[in-house]
Amino acid sequence: MKVPLSWLKEYVDVALPARELAHRLTMAGSEVGGITTIGGSWENVYVGHVVGVTPHPNADRLRLATVDIGSEAVTVVCGAPNVAAGQRVPFAKVGARLVNPESGELFTLKAAKIRGVTSTGMVCSERELGVGQDHTGIVVLPADAPIGRPLASYWGDAVLDLEVTPNRPDCLSVLGVAREVAALTGATVREPSLSYQEDGPPIQDLATIRVEAPDLAPRYTASLVTGIKVGPSPGWLQERLLRAGLRPINNLVDITNYVMLEYGQPLHAFDYEKLAERTVLVRRARPGEVLVTLDGQERRLESPMLVIADARRAVGLAGVMGGANTEITESTTAVLLESANFNPISIRRTASALKLHSDAVARFDKGLHPALAELGLRRATRLVLELAGGTACRGIWDVYPSPWPERTVALSRKRVHQVLGVELPVEQVASVLGCLGFHCQQQGDALAVTVPYWRADISIPDDLVEEIARVSGYETIPAEPLSGRVPSRQPQPLREVRERVRDLLASGGMQEVISYSLVSQALLDKVGASGEGSQPPLRLANPMSAEQEHLRTTLRGSVLAALASNERQATEGLRLFEVGRVYLAGQPGQLPHEKEMVVGAFCGPRGALAWHGENGTLDFFDAKGVVEALGQQLGVPVGFQRHGAPLFHPGRCASVMAGATPVGVVGELHPTALARFDIVAPTVALFELDMEALAEVLPAVSRRYQPLPRFPGSVRDMALVLDTNVPAERVTSIILGHTLVVGASLFDVYAGPPIPGGKRSLAYRISFQSAQSTLTAEQVSEAQQEILERLQTETGATLRG
Amino acid sequence: MGHSPFEGHLFVLMKLDMTTESYLSNMEELKALALKELEKARTAEELEQWRAAFLGRKGRVTQVVRALSGLSPHERPRAGAVANEAKTLLEARLAERQEALKGAELEQLSAQSIDVTLPGRQITLGGLHPVTQIVREICGVFTSMGFQVVEGPEVEWDAYNFEKLNIPQDHPARDMWSTLWVDYRDQQGRYPMLLRTHTSPMQARIMEQTMPPVRVVVPGKCYRYEATDATHESQFYQIEGLAVDEGITFAHLKGTLYEFARQVFGSDRKARFRCDYFPFVEPGVEMSIDCFACQGRGEEACRVCRGSGWIEIMGAGMVHPNVLRGVGYDPEVYTGFAFGLGPERIAMLKYGIEDIRLFYANDIRFLRQF
Repeated sequence: MKVPLSWLKEYVDVALPARELAHRLTMAGSEVGGITTIGGSWENVYVGHVVGVTPHPNADRLRLATVDIGSEAVTVVCGAPNVAAGQRVPFAKVGARLVNPESGELFTLKAAKIRGVTSTGMVCSERELGVGQDHTGIVVLPADAPIGRPLASYWGDAVLDLEVTPNRPDCLSVLGVAREVAALTGATVREPSLSYQEDGPPIQDLATIRVEAPDLAPRYTASLVTGIKVGPSPGWLQERLLRAGLRPINNLVDITNYVMLEYGQPLHAFDYEKLAERTVLVRRARPGEVLVTLDGQERRLESPMLVIADARRAVGLAGVMGGANTEITESTTAVLLESANFNPISIRRTASALKLHSDAVARFDKGLHPALAELGLRRATRLVLELAGGTACRGIWDVYPSPWPERTVALSRKRVHQVLGVELPVEQVASVLGCLGFHCQQQGDALAVTVPYWRADISIPDDLVEEIARVSGYETIPAEPLSGRVPSRQPQPLREVRERVRDLLASGGMQEVISYSLVSQALLDKVGASGEGSQPPLRLANPMSAEQEHLRTTLRGSVLAALASNERQATEGLRLFEVGRVYLAGQPGQLPHEKEMVVGAFCGPRGALAWHGENGTLDFFDAKGVVEALGQQLGVPVGFQRHGAPLFHPGRCASVMAGATPVGVVGELHPTALARFDIVAPTVALFELDMEALAEVLPAVSRRYQPLPRFPGSVRDMALVLDTNVPAERVTSIILGHTLVVGASLFDVYAGPPIPGGKRSLAYRISFQSAQSTLTAEQVSEAQQEILERLQTETGATLRG
Repeated sequence: MGHSPFEGHLFVLMKLDMTTESYLSNMEELKALALKELEKARTAEELEQWRAAFLGRKGRVTQVVRALSGLSPHERPRAGAVANEAKTLLEARLAERQEALKGAELEQLSAQSIDVTLPGRQITLGGLHPVTQIVREICGVFTSMGFQVVEGPEVEWDAYNFEKLNIPQDHPARDMWSTLWVDYRDQQGRYPMLLRTHTSPMQARIMEQTMPPVRVVVPGKCYRYEATDATHESQFYQIEGLAVDEGITFAHLKGTLYEFARQVFGSDRKARFRCDYFPFVEPGVEMSIDCFACQGRGEEACRVCRGSGWIEIMGAGMVHPNVLRGVGYDPEVYTGFAFGLGPERIAMLKYGIEDIRLFYANDIRFLRQF
């Protein structure tokens, strides 16, 4: 809502500078998003009086105007066709900053010789002053404009741009803002005049109004003025509309807009002559009914929509927009003014169904009081008589079958204290509310507060508590630390394991990413998450784009996309992970299962290119190593089983097992998958873990102290030769199965001569230790022999010679 | 174990019947041998071996000195003096040699110098997403005040996202949250399921599950139908806070949020509370901090605060009685406050990030900076 300060001052005295006023309004709830200053650059521009106009000696189109600006009279060259002696005009002296009408940029006025005549100043057009677009002639100021006054002080203005919250439709009006200003500054409001002469016949003789849907139109008022003359509005009205952001059209339409801005009550003007049978019906639209609205669009209407109709056809969409068929034109001679109250939900639904939003909708859909309808009507009728002439019919139509009762809210002193935490005397509360227009009646420690018609948002005591707090200023309420009871903590195993996983992965060298939960069909396709047998993703009914149409059912695509987008500029290996939810559709009527997952992906060189040498390319074993470390840190021993899955390299993929429970997958990606993501790196390793499954197998007590060994241990190396197809994991577990073995690390894997084909050598460093005694060399050798025998029997291993 | 280089050398065992002359000549011979061997020792280890062989507790010189007792009492002083002189000489020579060797070794070390300006061996550092970090920081501030962190569903019912928050169907305030709806219709043909537009639905969920006292913060992702630009994202995080019990007032709201601002932005920042509107609170609050770019002066050209001098950081308010009533709390007995803030925005303010879209573009050149 744009509020010109000059207009505001018609209803309330404002002593504060615009900035300070804006601050007060902002603090009290109506944020001023900006202040536009009109005339901020009008230095050296004055109100001038044209005392004479003579022809230019050397040019037909130019004239010489002599302008008195009080201190002096200056003769300047003027090209405007409308300049005439006797006018009051804006006069710019040399040095003034004006707008170049061609380029729109500011320039500084200099003395100039035009066709041989020196001109030291200029009479200005709207566009040159930066107040409008007109450049066909000079601005003519009102005849009482004070000669010699700086134009800025006479004609300058500041326009406050208020961001009005949906609960305050009253502040979508200059008068409403004036009430707010009055309450905040202690001033009083001057209400506009509503009275007018009713010289015509009774309105009921000339027009009929019938409300067939009183549920959707609680009140309908109308007046009729005949013998009017449609034409441009006077300058002051056009100027106010322009400053408030509306385009002037003609005096009738401008008046309805003016009153909407003044009171917050939308109105509509019908060309009376065009209303069939001089009748107005307020009814629901008929199926298939069509209306061309004032914006020229043809609208197909449906039954619950409320229309204004004449005897034959719809002539307007109630509270939304009028119809072209009864539009005011220059030939209109009689106007039926409508000022009604419509059901906000009906207005809102109609506007949203037709995607038609207007200034009227913005006010009606927030809920207006029916009392406003009559005030708006009388104000507009008065203005029509004043600005368009004519004769008003006697009386008005007022269809208001169930008048709203006055609303009273009981507010106790106790409640104010209970909510705000401060004790306020009842008198102070009553005084603050009184400033806002509430009528208070004291009843002991409580107040019976009557709500004024313009505050339809106030319905419960706490609404009044807010009024008191905001007008007094939130800064007057003290700040206190929270005390009192603290609820007991509830365990949250899933959240705890997830946050630990995040920390562990980051400390393990991985960078966390967070992607969009909404993904495209294409991305799901790329990871095979959309085909046969996979869970269909939830789709949005109103996606913003195909890129963000589905709720992801996997994080794989997101992480691989992040890998791909970083690959080009990456100077080192990429190790990315994302912790997030996937959304799995549930039964109809149930929310989806939001499952917590983690996906990590690796590609590129293992270490940065460095002077001390290379260390290979990230692969399967990097991903696996991270999963192993994660399992170890969480206290969940994980195993790996060869596994086949479409996205993965057929020979380089394993399922991750916690005991018998599968908790995830690790593998290198299939080359075709890499191609789908335009990943250049030949090897990308990826792991995926199901956080919920991990949380389930998480040991209740994650860590128990192990006594430190009391006796020294021994270390032996053992190189074995086995069939290539014997998994290393099996060998390792046999070695670790021996009671004296406390650790075994596989430090070499070798195939090739002299190892026979089909076989490979695995070399282990094995740690032996006993809790009972220091092991002798014989004991260790014996244990080593036992291990070897078991390996021979179970895997066919032999000692490498 | 290696063999001492001094074993196998001729050594005449002192006999009880030895003479002073033979003692002295043995001593002389031993001294010469020791000095010769000392010349051969090249390393600290060899010097130590030499010391043990000649001057140690069981060393030869020590034994020879001990053998003095085999001489007659009147011969002892002369022989003793010679023996001691020899021992002292050898000890002095050893010290000299040790000193010399140390110098030589140091000389050698300086030859082993490296270019200390070469880069160190890189360790691979990972990192947490800046939003994860700021969410943790903010939640940490509130947990220190007794709040517990809980989470809720991102796909929600209209009932929780709106209706239970005092925003019925067709309420004009619904325009404050442009909603993404899930393509699923109920029996009335309406879309009842949506992507939550704020974390506030958890207010109702938590209060339905527990009785006061309630003191929680709820971090999580939210979604809006929003054209993205430098300050708007369709996906973003929010942290909701809720404290409900008997006796909780607006003054507690202010106290709690001041403390938050102090801990996150430092005690130099000023905070202000102004009236704002959210249907699920009454009174409603917007909290701002003074602009750190123009130091709260509200300079017209300031891009951070757009000339207002203040930067909005969260919405808050006293929980609306209708919300409390809706979850079965008696609003005459219980009061409380709620707040909601955007961690991305807080991070942008703290770190001077100018474009919110950087958070979810996953460019590691951005992510690595945190």
